[in-house]
Amino acid sequence: MTGYPLAARPAIAHGMRLQWEPAQEAHVLLYPEGMVKLNGSAGAIMSRCDGVRTIAEIVADLEHSYQTSGLSDDVQAFLAIAVDKKWLEIRA
Amino acid sequence: MNAQPLPQIGPPLWLLLELTYRCPLHCVFCYNPTEFASTGAELSTEAWLRVLREARALGAVQLGLSGGEPLARDDLETLVAEAHRLGFYINLITSGIGLTPERIAALKAAGLDHIQLSFQDSTRELNDFLSSTRTFDLKAKVAALIRAHDYPMVLNVVLHRQNIDHVGEILEMAERLGAQYVELANTQYYGWAWLNREQLLPSRAQLQRAESITQRFRERVGNRMKIYFVVPDYFETRPKPCMSGLGKLFLAVAPDGTAMPCHAARMLPGMNLPNVESDSMRAIWYDSDAFNRFRGDGWMKEPCRSCPEKHKDFGGCRCQAFLLSGDPANADPVCDLSPHHGLVTAAVARAERAVAQGATAALKFRDHRVSIPVVVEGGGPR
Repeated sequence: MTGYPLAARPAIAHGMRLQWEPAQEAHVLLYPEGMVKLNGSAGAIMSRCDGVRTIAEIVADLEHSYQTSGLSDDVQAFLAIAVDKKWLEIRA
Repeated sequence: MNAQPLPQIGPPLWLLLELTYRCPLHCVFCYNPTEFASTGAELSTEAWLRVLREARALGAVQLGLSGGEPLARDDLETLVAEAHRLGFYINLITSGIGLTPERIAALKAAGLDHIQLSFQDSTRELNDFLSSTRTFDLKAKVAALIRAHDYPMVLNVVLHRQNIDHVGEILEMAERLGAQYVELANTQYYGWAWLNREQLLPSRAQLQRAESITQRFRERVGNRMKIYFVVPDYFETRPKPCMSGLGKLFLAVAPDGTAMPCHAARMLPGMNLPNVESDSMRAIWYDSDAFNRFRGDGWMKEPCRSCPEKHKDFGGCRCQAFLLSGDPANADPVCDLSPHHGLVTAAVARAERAVAQGATAALKFRDHRVSIPVVVEGGGPR
């Protein structure tokens, strides 16, 4: 599938904060007067979106961490959703 | 007391600290209790710091700092710094009065995440009248400061009969100020707003006009501004899922340390509310009678008890049930299945007549030095 350029660097959107919450055993995304509890795969992807790593590096890291391959389409699909929801911004 | 076991209790994800009831404004729609003069002394800095640490350990993560006017506390920066160190996402809910360039810089450095600025109206005359002070120019300056410190610009405007016809001007003002989010919150009738309800409830025609103006404005500005229009529940036929159910997500602490499952719960009879000075946050959240009283559905009466929607709206708002029917365990009278729903439709009918006749009556302005007892509409418990 097509998607964002592999050299682009996703980052948590301005005004949002991602953190691990032990009480919820989940990554949560915090924003003005609101909060989203992320499922495991969303948390795994978003916690790697630091504005430094490229999409290619994020995919490689996930595939290495989860001992699998072929995650590129899943990551691209999630990035599209997260950008649409304004959770992430894609930097060149 | 309840036959059914209580549902599993999750963490108090939302913590609201009402740091003080002091406020330079005198808004007629304030939800604060009308009995503040009879409440206790404000907590010390050390007590608030302990509340923050204990609540964070329980899993609280969204923090609201409110009041009164939270900037009236000169230890606000200290509290924000500790909350930030603990990992809270910190929202300051303010009228902006007292937010000087020095203080906003210090709050930013301490880790404040977000500021919600309230406005009373778009025209200086009405703004100053409704808040009973000259604040409009100051708020415009504060809005500029908020933008300059790279905070999202979030405006909250409380709507009611006296200003709802200005909603177009209010939205234009918000646009001029660079607002990204605007909450047009119709007054909810608790505290001072309850006292002034007969003067504040709008007519249905006013409401519909305001909604259509808001919709046209949304179409014009598109994604630049996100506008929330909160309809007053008196015009609905099903109640709001107040607090997602009491004791589920939300824990509020009043200036004197009283802990409450909703910020208006102080008015509820027989609550025996705990205080953070004498109980731990853990004991308050998990063990206190006040926080357990309205958990689950064992407390419900008919028509809620057998209602298929009871897990959708949790019977509505306990405070509204009390104010309108005299018993907080009754169905919220906003629901047209409630035997007390006629009280809501009667209030709306009186509003229609008053607007049609251009009737005016004296408003009671918020004053933290006085104490006015809560008067319930529907008589005693049923």
